[in-house]
Amino acid sequence: MQVTSSVRQPLVTGGKTYHDVTHDVARQVEGKATKLWFLAFLTAAGVLALGSIALLSTLWNGIGMWGLNKTVGWAWDITNFVWWVGIGHAGTLISAVLLLFRQKWRTSINRAAEAMTIFAVICAAMFPVIHMGRPWLGAYWALPLPNTFGSLWVNFNSPLLWDVFAISTYFSVSLVFWYIGLIPDFATIRDRATGLRKTIYGALSFGWDGAAKTWMRYESVSLILAGLATPLVLSVHTIVSFDFATSVIPGWHTTIFPPYFVAGAIFSGFAMVLTLMIVTRKVYKLEDYITIGHIELMNIVIIITGSIVGIAYITEFFIAWYSGVEAEQYAFINRATGPYWWAYWSMMTCNVISPQLFWFKKIRTSIAATFALSIVVNIGMWFERFVIIVTSLHRDYLPSSWAMFYPTWADVGVYLFTFGLFFTLFFLFAKFFPVINMAEVKSVLKSSSEKVHK
Amino acid sequence: MKENKKTYWKGLEQLSNDPEFVKHADREFAELPSSLNDEGGASRRDFLKVMGFSLAAATLAACEAPVRKAIPYVNKPVDINPSIPNYYASTFASGGDYAAVVVKTREGRPIKIDGNDLSPINKGKVNAIVEASVLSLYDKQRLAGPMIGGAAAEWKAVDDQVKAKLASAGTIKIVANTILSPTTEKAIQDFGAAFGGVEVITYDPISNYGISKAAESFYGSAVIPSYHFDKAKTIVSFGADFLGTWISPIEFAAAYAKTRKISKEKAEMSRHYQFESNLSLTGANADYRTPIKPSQSGLAVLALYNALAGKAGVATVAAPKVEIANLDKAANDLWASKGASLVVSGSNDPNVQIVIYAINELLANNGATVDFSTPVYFRKGNDARMNQFVTELKGGQVGAVIFYNCNPVYDHARGAEIAEGIAKAKVSISTNGTLDETSSLVQIVAPDHHFLESWNDYQPKKGQYSLAQPTISPLFKTRQAQDSFLAWSGSATNYYDYLVANWNATLYPIAGNGVPFQEFWDRALFNGVVTLENLPTPVAPIGDATSAAAEVAKAYKADNAGVELVIYSKVGIGSGAFANIPWLQEMPDPITKATWDNYLTVSQKWATDNGVAMVEENTRKAQITVNGKSLIVPILVQPGQANGTFGLALGYGRTKAGRVANGVGVNAYDLLDATKGFVNFDITSGVEVAVTADTYKIARTQTHQTFMGRENVIQEATLAEYKTDASAGRYKPEIYKDGEFVKPSKISLWSGHKYSQHHWGLAIDMNSCIGCGACTVACQVENNVAVVGKQEVLNRREMAWIRIDRYYSSDAAADDLSGLEVASENPEVTFQPMMCQHCNNAPCETVCPVAATTHSSEGLNQMTYNRCVGTRYCANNCPYKVRRFNWFKYHDNKDFAGVNIAQNDDMGKMVLNPDVTVRSRGVIEKCSMCVQRIQAGKLTAKREKRKIQDGEVNVACAVACPTDALVFGDMNDPNSKVSQLLKIEESTSALKEVGEERAYHVLEEINVSPNVWYFTKIRNKEKNEA
Repeated sequence: MQVTSSVRQPLVTGGKTYHDVTHDVARQVEGKATKLWFLAFLTAAGVLALGSIALLSTLWNGIGMWGLNKTVGWAWDITNFVWWVGIGHAGTLISAVLLLFRQKWRTSINRAAEAMTIFAVICAAMFPVIHMGRPWLGAYWALPLPNTFGSLWVNFNSPLLWDVFAISTYFSVSLVFWYIGLIPDFATIRDRATGLRKTIYGALSFGWDGAAKTWMRYESVSLILAGLATPLVLSVHTIVSFDFATSVIPGWHTTIFPPYFVAGAIFSGFAMVLTLMIVTRKVYKLEDYITIGHIELMNIVIIITGSIVGIAYITEFFIAWYSGVEAEQYAFINRATGPYWWAYWSMMTCNVISPQLFWFKKIRTSIAATFALSIVVNIGMWFERFVIIVTSLHRDYLPSSWAMFYPTWADVGVYLFTFGLFFTLFFLFAKFFPVINMAEVKSVLKSSSEKVHK
Repeated sequence: MKENKKTYWKGLEQLSNDPEFVKHADREFAELPSSLNDEGGASRRDFLKVMGFSLAAATLAACEAPVRKAIPYVNKPVDINPSIPNYYASTFASGGDYAAVVVKTREGRPIKIDGNDLSPINKGKVNAIVEASVLSLYDKQRLAGPMIGGAAAEWKAVDDQVKAKLASAGTIKIVANTILSPTTEKAIQDFGAAFGGVEVITYDPISNYGISKAAESFYGSAVIPSYHFDKAKTIVSFGADFLGTWISPIEFAAAYAKTRKISKEKAEMSRHYQFESNLSLTGANADYRTPIKPSQSGLAVLALYNALAGKAGVATVAAPKVEIANLDKAANDLWASKGASLVVSGSNDPNVQIVIYAINELLANNGATVDFSTPVYFRKGNDARMNQFVTELKGGQVGAVIFYNCNPVYDHARGAEIAEGIAKAKVSISTNGTLDETSSLVQIVAPDHHFLESWNDYQPKKGQYSLAQPTISPLFKTRQAQDSFLAWSGSATNYYDYLVANWNATLYPIAGNGVPFQEFWDRALFNGVVTLENLPTPVAPIGDATSAAAEVAKAYKADNAGVELVIYSKVGIGSGAFANIPWLQEMPDPITKATWDNYLTVSQKWATDNGVAMVEENTRKAQITVNGKSLIVPILVQPGQANGTFGLALGYGRTKAGRVANGVGVNAYDLLDATKGFVNFDITSGVEVAVTADTYKIARTQTHQTFMGRENVIQEATLAEYKTDASAGRYKPEIYKDGEFVKPSKISLWSGHKYSQHHWGLAIDMNSCIGCGACTVACQVENNVAVVGKQEVLNRREMAWIRIDRYYSSDAAADDLSGLEVASENPEVTFQPMMCQHCNNAPCETVCPVAATTHSSEGLNQMTYNRCVGTRYCANNCPYKVRRFNWFKYHDNKDFAGVNIAQNDDMGKMVLNPDVTVRSRGVIEKCSMCVQRIQAGKLTAKREKRKIQDGEVNVACAVACPTDALVFGDMNDPNSKVSQLLKIEESTSALKEVGEERAYHVLEEINVSPNVWYFTKIRNKEKNEA
């Protein structure tokens, strides 16, 4: 039995009853799809189709369709990969870490955040596969499978291989965690449905019976999975950062990367959750569940992680100077003043300066400002990865090989493809899955609602 | 056994004795499909139908089966063993260039050309053009047979027509580039005799007429002497690019490099002064380089003459005063090394060349470094006669003209007039192998064989002979031009017999040494060269330089107001005769690093004044007008270009060379000046240059010009510094660990490799590397490296496994990072060949997720193409950026068919090295240290049960290198050349202790521990200055 201070903001407003919760959430699944939904879904699917032209062209003709060259071997592909993986951090952080810390405000946002995680990780995982010269082989040669190629085995020294493990583990744990959470809600929908819908949701709910024993098992599984997922939140981006940190390229070869990447990932993940939730709560009229209080709390996380990231940027410069390593110093001076200065300063503005606006209560409780800034943050985080990858590579050790990177239509198209994929999946989720975890919201209703109904 | 009464049933049907069952009970398969089972007509017909269909299907399938083009021998020829190469000595000669070569053939196909070690001229070395010329054999644009009036014809018809037409043509002129072959000359004489005399008019696209013309008036014989750069302690060159394009660059480069190699034992090197307008390859290697205008060059030569005359105490000549930096210093050095110095000039003006002879006389160089005992016959072109001929041709005074393997419509200053004149000749014949600018205008084309299909002999220098022999049976219905001449003269002998007979009659009596002729001939053919002892025959001047000097003083100006144009030729493209070879088009120019274009080189100052800034590949176009003729060319900002001058390369702007070269660049031959009795490459008046609004992209493989003062990349010192400290200029990084500073190699995560057998390594002397790029083409040929075309070079995706990084010095202070990006107005130049460094702690190996790049037990970083999945992580993590990715499928892809000839068309593919995989799309490739050669050498040694000898295996780049700047070998063998050079103690450790103070690793501080070592660049300068 938890005691909630009376001065705390209520987590659910509007005096919702248990039935209200079920009704408010389940009616989106049960009702006919609105015109707005169709419009949104078709737009997303259209972007997906458009992007797939670029993707197919790349797969058919080769990586040469992108703007990469002998000096810059990775650019938008790995930038997008890291960016999407970063976005995929918020969901698990919210549902697992906040669960362990008994942060009850997570209940109304964790479902959508987790869904976002899964879709973002799908988008992210696409890049390591398609950026390969021969994805049809690389897709399975990168796995330590027993084979008949002779004594061929993967190279366990390679951070790219660690990535394979990190991403696949993270994806599977997140998926299981998310799905386990969905089961009681699917059962609720099943119980209210008839006909084919009942059959489908019945199958999806795995025969959930709502018995006390079932609930008990559900709770323990959630806790175990939360325990498993928590280290993953830290490990995934740590390992992604090893791709760079273990290399010899100035600007990549940096021990600060693991914490810096994790902070950046949470930063961008929360921003993306905000972007999506602000739209969802509005369209689905869920203002009572996702309150200004929720948004403010998330904005606070953004200030903290944004500041960590900012300190990391400054530390990099300090260390470059302090190390006395010429190449390292040049790499950082080049970032700020070289041909890609605009990318660097976009990153600094979006990631370091703009989140500081959230110190003002007025801004962090403003829906419009939050929405705008959440997008700015993700633009900034995209630039962060671009700056790290491209500006480090384009001028490394031997000036003879210095070159510029210019994106092509296929670079843009493949990025669009992932947007199309992400939003198509998200809109399908929003229509057919309960966007708020009804069961968990109900569990906090008693202690944290504005008006308690018994 | 007791009788068993049991009954076993086949099934319930049998038990029930179903009538349906009984009906078919006797059959093996009771329930076959009825149609086949039923008796009667239908089933037989079906059977026939099925059989007919099968037969038809099988026949159709057989029709569509791929036609196998490789047909195995029924009887194996004695010499041809699959996978074992054969080598034939032969000779390359074209348009005044010469090299004795050894042609490697595999299964009957010539695939690589190397130099012939026995040649006293090119001494086993080649340049880029010779190296690449093998691909021209497989050029689909070659003529497949003779043509009359633009239509294919039979040889008999050609012969009949030619004989009939020539008999009534009147005067017959043969136009040719320098003919080095004595037997060809004899055949032409025989041909002439049959028609009452023909005149051979010789011109060379890149003319050195001025030198022989000057020798005629100064020494009495119109020849070009041999120059011995190896004996020169001081070298002064006025615009002669003797390392790149001047007369005999392979020979000169090797000789020059001998004077540039230094060691503790021989801490001396030549001092080289260059006075020139364009930054040439030679100028880039000079110790002191002074940019001058071509209009000043004559006066500079006079000033040098006067300075030396003053020292020698002879009369000076009257000359306008001209201020040329370093000229007095050069005079002092020349005088100090009298008899062991050399002054040369690239000018084609005979008067200037006379003064040059006079200077060398003053310095007592005649007989020492200037050698008239062995005159060279490379450039026998007579500009004056050719000029007169063009006028005759245009005037319709020429009855018949035969173009013997030359293309003057394209490569002569008056090409347009020649084109006009051809129509006026009664008979016009060409023996050119392709339908080029000239042969497309003649009535009859009697295409010659490619030189790799021909028999011939050559006399490049007095007393030096070489042979050419076919290395492949003719690919097309071509005929050797000499055979054509013989046939037209009515002779029935073929040229081979004619050649043998001629050697028997002329050379055998002198060089036979008493052996039977057959033995002499076989030996000559095997060796490829025959060299006679040349007795020194001193020549003395018959005239003096006074009148020439007066002419020079008149013709040149100290301070010309207008802008000037210097037309030059590039190392890779030369005269343009081989422009259709994509390897040469994509070979970066040694200085500008530009590919697939010619361009106007302008000085940095001019560019600033005219608002032209070259950012990466982007530039503007300019209109250059020379005496009324104008061309639109892209601008390339060239540090070191003399202010007020422009440079433009020959060899581009071909219109009928073939699909590769057509339309690439502009034709600068049009701008040459032939009015002064010699072809003038320096246009000093009537030049106007205006920047146009058009933008353009020049595809360069290196867009960053300077090395940003990075001492871990380029380490250099002056000779004086080297003499006091052999490790002068070395950057020795140290890393702080546990209270002390240690060498980076002392700190490692790795336990290190052990190489118990071999440890291959490469030592690169930056002092002898002249940057010529022969190695890059050799590598491309040897390793089947794809050509990607201009657009992909613009995208920075050239595939070269070895590149030569060219760095300019900068005037900026060490901490002025943006200033360091700008090259000096007249920079020092450093060349650094860069290829996979085969690191012992290879950063690429650790990051590959699928272990596609691994370390061999012999120190090689090896790339397994069919394991590579193409993450490019290795390429990103390579500090030297030497890994190349197959962005597209470059072979069998119509998008690249126009440029990557060797991997796309069925003819071009014949040049591929069968020992090296053609890489597929999506994999990384890089220098393998010619692992196929190492493997072949090891197998040979193993079969012969012995250890591999040093020098038995060599990498393609080192073989081609004219200056021996690259030395490859086994670092485990203390007696190998590479170990000796590096002074390596015997050890099987991966980390070799190197005793040579000049040797360093590029980027030593990151301790990737390469197996490639560089030797510091030493300049023979007073102090380190730009």
